[in-house]
Amino acid sequence: MVYPWSMPATDDLQFPPAFTSETEPAFTGKAPLESWGRYPNYNANVVSLHWQGDYPRVIDGVHHGVLPVGLGRSYGDVGLLKDGTLVKTTAMNRLLAFDAETGVLTAESGISLAEILDFSVPRGFFLPVTPGTKYVTLGGAIANDVHGKNHEGAGSFGNHVPAFELVRSDGTRLLCTPTENPDFYAATIGGMGLTGLISWAQLRLKPIASRLIDYEGIQFHGIDEFIAIKKQYANVEYTVAWLDCVSTGRNFARGVYMLGEHAKEPGELKSSPEPKLVFPIDAPAFALNKLSITAFNTLFFHKQIKSHVKTQQDYEPFFYPLDKVLHWNRMYGKRGLVQFQFALPWETSKEGTIAMLQEITKSGLASFLAVLKTFGDVPSLGMMSFPMPGFMFALDFPIKPGITMPLMQRLGDMTKEYGGRLYSAKDACMTPDQFQAFYPQWEKFARFKDPAITSSFWERVVGASFTGRSVRTVGR
Amino acid sequence: MSAGKASTAHTPKRILVLGATSGIAEACIRSWAERGDMLYLVGRTASKVGVVVDDARVRGAAFVDSAVADLDDTAAHPQLLAHAINSLGGLDVAFVAMGTMGEQAQSERSFDAADAVLHNNFIAPASLLTWLANYCAQRHTGTLAVISSVAGERGRKSNYVYGSAKAGLTAFLSGLRNRIDREGVRVLTILPGPVKTAMTESMKGSEKFADVNKVAATIVGAIDKGGDVLYVPGIWKIIMGVIKLIPESVFKKLSLGAE
Repeated sequence: MVYPWSMPATDDLQFPPAFTSETEPAFTGKAPLESWGRYPNYNANVVSLHWQGDYPRVIDGVHHGVLPVGLGRSYGDVGLLKDGTLVKTTAMNRLLAFDAETGVLTAESGISLAEILDFSVPRGFFLPVTPGTKYVTLGGAIANDVHGKNHEGAGSFGNHVPAFELVRSDGTRLLCTPTENPDFYAATIGGMGLTGLISWAQLRLKPIASRLIDYEGIQFHGIDEFIAIKKQYANVEYTVAWLDCVSTGRNFARGVYMLGEHAKEPGELKSSPEPKLVFPIDAPAFALNKLSITAFNTLFFHKQIKSHVKTQQDYEPFFYPLDKVLHWNRMYGKRGLVQFQFALPWETSKEGTIAMLQEITKSGLASFLAVLKTFGDVPSLGMMSFPMPGFMFALDFPIKPGITMPLMQRLGDMTKEYGGRLYSAKDACMTPDQFQAFYPQWEKFARFKDPAITSSFWERVVGASFTGRSVRTVGR
Repeated sequence: MSAGKASTAHTPKRILVLGATSGIAEACIRSWAERGDMLYLVGRTASKVGVVVDDARVRGAAFVDSAVADLDDTAAHPQLLAHAINSLGGLDVAFVAMGTMGEQAQSERSFDAADAVLHNNFIAPASLLTWLANYCAQRHTGTLAVISSVAGERGRKSNYVYGSAKAGLTAFLSGLRNRIDREGVRVLTILPGPVKTAMTESMKGSEKFADVNKVAATIVGAIDKGGDVLYVPGIWKIIMGVIKLIPESVFKKLSLGAE
């Protein structure tokens, strides 16, 4: 009941129905959102999803499109939607089932890989595939079909996801497996969140006996030595190389080849402590310059004094060396960083990598961190997945006006010429022309896209603008 | 070690959670489940209760049962509580975590809205606690842990309807404690400051609110150890101490809005 004498002076106020506790107000906060590379960043509404059943209500009446997002560890704009609504899933992080016989874990999609490890390691299970950070969500790992150091044997993340549920904006709930709704299954793995909301998913964990990793580090000089070591250690589960891409001459393409396997002898299986270090402030723009990066690279190369080291280490520093410092991306200052990550087919792997390294040296830009590894031939299950058999190379560049973007452009074109492709999850620079050459199947994929969902990445590389009903593809 | 029941010498507690889908309750349920306690979870929405139950089972709770109930319906309380206690085979802890903030502006315009907030935050918990206190007092055992709020420590213009319900609840708990403490029943009043949960998400500055998992760890510890009144995070004991000292003539001129 509303009595006239209690009415506020403004009589155009709408009186809502009496409060019922059933409808918690949906949160719509406007926040400038940046992803991991801090470039680009756009304003968007951020709505937090706490319960699977709230999704239809949360996206009801939303204009300018919707995009489900996780922990924002993608580097560029696959997880951004300018002026749209980001549906953040991280509060939806419940475990739903676990079969200790098969290792299959069922969980809501907003759970992070760190939270999965907290649960699974004490029970003797590990992630089947893990990217270089554990601060990504299960849904995000599927949507970007992430890969790890064991791609040769294990394929990418989606290869270990036997089932998930996809919720479309019209309310349809699709159980997706390789045999049920197989098209939506394939389109959603590596589908950049564009096919709908992944409400829950299954992940096949693998048994481990210990937290420890049997580690070997081997110094190498040049791509040929890298390939020789790769051949010699073909049976080792985890392999990755750090590469010095600053040094020239005798030290050109020197690096450390890192190999690891889960220790076989039973050991400690406790979960990890919380990281304590936080990169506290934005570093000034000059902090990362050629000199400091060269110093870092030399230190890293000689961190292991012997050219060949064999030891045991905890899985945290082996898989997640950068997670030790939360917000390490602030090291790049406010301007941020771009990552350039390419895959090249075997035929052009060596030649293309050397050519691009030379191009980078020529530009005068230095990459603080360069990672080189090989993708195996386990086929990805995703329609838009990144891996292809051959070299995979990732570099971080600080954003220097007038230098970084033209270099990215040239490197993108070179990747295209060498028949490779770039990784959407890391990208901020691909042109529509490049994207459509890397992923010629994009038009088929677009048929499975949810009409209410889009991203700044998608609009950039497909040249589409969100119409409210469906994306009109005005690209080629 | 959080390896669950198998690796700890923890004797499972029988814990009834009323309002099990609230953010703070869910975080507490996770730690109880991880150490292998027995749980009976009550919430309003079946789909939400369902996933909280699943999560507790997977994490290692020794026993999980649940009911979907509108706790505003006080007439249904005796039967609900009887069922829960029978299912658990007794009761060690009752955790009352129900509550809704409502919208102050709405409560100012319409008493129906205010009534719903007062009922949900005060009348309904008072009803539950009356039954639970009598059950525990008869058996000279048990802990009643109840979430009230620092908002009940002093009425402010921004949320005095919610605050007054919580003030009533805090006073109710204080009196109840004095009545049944000698019967061997413990009453813990939990006064959380602003915590990052679904309930507070739309509030200004919510990104600076306390982390729900840390708050839950403190609550779980306090329920184990004992105590009468728990401010969480602890700094709120000092903040509210100061706020309560401000003379009303000054207080009314301050616009202490957001909490």
